[in-house]
Amino acid sequence: MPHAATLTLAGTHVADRIRTALPDAIRSASADIVTLEPASAFEAMRFLRDDEELDGKFLVQMCSVDMITHIDLVYHFASLAQNHIFEVKVPADHEHPEVPSISPLWSGAILQEREIYDLMGVKFPGHPELTRLFLWESFPGHPLRKDFMSMPGGRKSGLSQFPKQVAGETGQEFRPAAPGTGE
Amino acid sequence: MTMLLSLLTIVTDNWWDIRDLSNVSGAVLDIIDDLGGPAWLIYIVSALLGTLAIISFIGGVAIINIWVERRVVGRMQSRLGPNRLGPFGLLQPIADAIKLMQKEVLQPKSAPGLIFTLAPIMFTIPGIAMMAVLPWGRNMSLANVDVGILYILGLSSLGALAVFMAGYSSNNKYALFGSMRVIAMLVSYEIPIVLSLLGIVLFTGTMNPQGIVLFQEHYWSLMILLQPLAFIIYFFSVSAELNRTPADIAEAESEIVGGYHTEYSGMKFGLFYAAELINAVAVSAIISTLFLGGWWAYKLDEIVPGWMIYIGKIYTVYFVFVWTRGTLPRFRIDQLLAFAWKWLTPMALLNIVMVSAEVTIWEESGLSAGIVLPIYMVINTAAAGAIIYAFVRFLAPKFERFPTQLRFYSNIDVPSLPAVAAPPDRAKVSV
Amino acid sequence: MPIKSEPVEVNIGPQHPSTHGVFRMVAKIDGERIVDVKMIVGYLHRSMEKLAEERTFTQNIPFTDRMDYLAAMSGNLGYCLSVEKLAGVEVPERAQYLRVIFAELQRVASHCMATGAFINDCGAWQTPVMYAFRDREKVLDLFEMTCGARLTTNYMRIGGVAFDIPDEFLPALDRLINDDLPFRFEEYDQLLVGNEIIMMRARDVGMVSPEMAINASLSGPLLRSAGIAWDIRKADPYCVYDRMQFDIPVGYNGDAYDRMCIRIEEMKQSLRIIRQAVHDLPGGPHKTDVPLAIRPPAGEAYSRVESPKGELGFYVVSDGGPAPYRWHVRAPSLINLSVLREMTIGKSIADAIVTLGSIDINVGELDR
Repeated sequence: MPHAATLTLAGTHVADRIRTALPDAIRSASADIVTLEPASAFEAMRFLRDDEELDGKFLVQMCSVDMITHIDLVYHFASLAQNHIFEVKVPADHEHPEVPSISPLWSGAILQEREIYDLMGVKFPGHPELTRLFLWESFPGHPLRKDFMSMPGGRKSGLSQFPKQVAGETGQEFRPAAPGTGE
Repeated sequence: MTMLLSLLTIVTDNWWDIRDLSNVSGAVLDIIDDLGGPAWLIYIVSALLGTLAIISFIGGVAIINIWVERRVVGRMQSRLGPNRLGPFGLLQPIADAIKLMQKEVLQPKSAPGLIFTLAPIMFTIPGIAMMAVLPWGRNMSLANVDVGILYILGLSSLGALAVFMAGYSSNNKYALFGSMRVIAMLVSYEIPIVLSLLGIVLFTGTMNPQGIVLFQEHYWSLMILLQPLAFIIYFFSVSAELNRTPADIAEAESEIVGGYHTEYSGMKFGLFYAAELINAVAVSAIISTLFLGGWWAYKLDEIVPGWMIYIGKIYTVYFVFVWTRGTLPRFRIDQLLAFAWKWLTPMALLNIVMVSAEVTIWEESGLSAGIVLPIYMVINTAAAGAIIYAFVRFLAPKFERFPTQLRFYSNIDVPSLPAVAAPPDRAKVSV
Repeated sequence: MPIKSEPVEVNIGPQHPSTHGVFRMVAKIDGERIVDVKMIVGYLHRSMEKLAEERTFTQNIPFTDRMDYLAAMSGNLGYCLSVEKLAGVEVPERAQYLRVIFAELQRVASHCMATGAFINDCGAWQTPVMYAFRDREKVLDLFEMTCGARLTTNYMRIGGVAFDIPDEFLPALDRLINDDLPFRFEEYDQLLVGNEIIMMRARDVGMVSPEMAINASLSGPLLRSAGIAWDIRKADPYCVYDRMQFDIPVGYNGDAYDRMCIRIEEMKQSLRIIRQAVHDLPGGPHKTDVPLAIRPPAGEAYSRVESPKGELGFYVVSDGGPAPYRWHVRAPSLINLSVLREMTIGKSIADAIVTLGSIDINVGELDR
């Protein structure tokens, strides 16, 4: 029987379940977030799609977050039959981000991966046609990255970053605080 | 001086007699004769007068029908239609025409100029020329041609050629698709058109449109009652040939943008637009002549001038065309061609068999028309109903395998699906 | 001797009467049959996700109007829900009921538009669009009465709604949902649902199987037409949908015709919800006091609503500042298009147009 309202699975529960099949696939797990090892992410996702208990047949959405030190790919999976939802993250390198494509598993990921490639610059090996989705091919840079179009002196136009962290006129490169360390 | 006197005579003697406009032209010809004009001049002038009358009628129709169509369709679409310019928006078509004339006529660089320019003109001619053989009153026929129906059939397929010229010369893929579709439709729909008119020719024994009207007057019976099946077939087939919904696949706006006239602009497009209306009116005129009795309407034509009755009938049929256009969605091309071959052609053949049998019985038995024709009316109407019902019963697309009702769930319910295989490989393009 | 032929490439769009905006399909066509379809989007890309990072949470609400401009209220609602989830804001009862009323009215407006445009794509000459516009206008009149805008409403706020309804709203709404629209939907039933030509055009066109639908993350009427009873309003009730009685219409075949019927049925169900919401509408404030420059605690939240197009999700990451650190929109219009290629290959151009019309994309939401 499906749950009456969507149940959000605890990250530790998901991690435990994945560990039964792929012991090395989990990098870290907390109550909210499961972080997968990028190297075995594809296998882990195949497992959580086909697993009976996790049953993540429905890829709700995927997106990317620039965390300055790295880029997080955020996947939300749902089981329509059991009506639960859980979140999985895959970290990628900031300079040369590369995450295996999951479009062989979910055809709904094809366009979303193209969007992420376009706006965040994450490459997806295994994607059938990894071209830019919204912008034209020669567009410089990837707009959703935090260092896109930073102003002279390292200033950013962002509201949250702009006010106080530009310390001194030294011209040192500005790096906004990672989430969680803000005020 | 003599001329003026004769003109005065027309005005005084015949000014009230608008029942037969041929009187006017007759008077003009009399003047020429009185003045001692040679016979060939009279001949030429009489032809010119008729041509002038028809061209001015067609010109007026092209202007007025823009208003009629927009207004009628507007009402059907629960809006007002043009109502700002002049009383009831009557001047709107003139504003439209001025706008079209002022616009720049663009022509694709790679288009063959001659064909590109000729196409809209070619498209306009058949509609006007078709009117020549149609009778407007007892004596009002510009050309009383004995093979009038052949002439009409020949001209009506010329329009498709013009469309093909336009589509081919535009050097545009959409236009090419449009013209391809037109040719496919022409091949399919010419046959039911010819076959359905053949039934009338068999019944009346003449190919002269005036003769057909006189037959209907003589036997006091409308052809639509004697040949209901032929009427239905003809009506649907010409609406396909006219490119009107539900069969406007040649210019299917939602699919291939404008079809053959995608690349046309300015007055060249205006000609296409006007010719579409002219053709619709010409076809309505043919239908009212052959099926609805033309200028004759039982006793009514003794009070009202025949040409007024005729125009009234034309606009009644035209209204039905506008009505279908405002109501029905479009068929797909394969469905439309299948409809011609699988439905209309066999039905028309059945109709011919029936008519031949009826005419033979009528001639052999020697019964009077007063008895035979009402019986035929009843039989043919019943047969038309039965044939159409049978075709619908056995040939209509069946949707039984699809449940028509939706299911309703008050809670979410997702069937447990098997593990899904990998999505198809997009990198491969299957050609 | 076989005739040598090669497929022709035809650009359907970006300027085409039935691409519903600036959407481009590059179709490889062999005769009338489509061999391959490539979609090119981005003509309306306004980079809203980036712009949102430089504006406060409240300033971002108008962006959600401009995304799905045919369903602005649903966009407002989804975004506000996600921020409220992140910041832990309680929404007063009255506001929740008002949100339900307006979201459902918006669904009626959007489905009207979708149905009309779909029949127009089937080739009817403007009439269905005009009928649909007539009914949609009446809904938009109510929006105008309440918040002053018809299309880009900007009505929901974090912690409630911007304005309470005016006095003349409820009588007008009552007239609309009890006298006017039920009659119109009956008309739709008579004109469209049993229409033979529409059946011929839309049956077996744009087929989507349940497996394909789930694998491609489809949502909304597209998913329900495939025979899956899934509706976020039932599965993950937000606002007060768990107190409402309504049904999910579900199709059998997953074709374009089923989707049209589902849209018409959903409009009727929306009226049912609105009637209940109006009946139970409590008094009280329409908005909690939330600072204009709200600073949610650092963290992330994903919340979703059933917009007329499908599952509209908002993923918001906050670093504790007044602006979102990252704001991602799960746009149903974009994701529903992932099956376009599978649906159209092997069919004719006319079918491809009907399929695209039945998916009901909105380019503003697609490109963001």
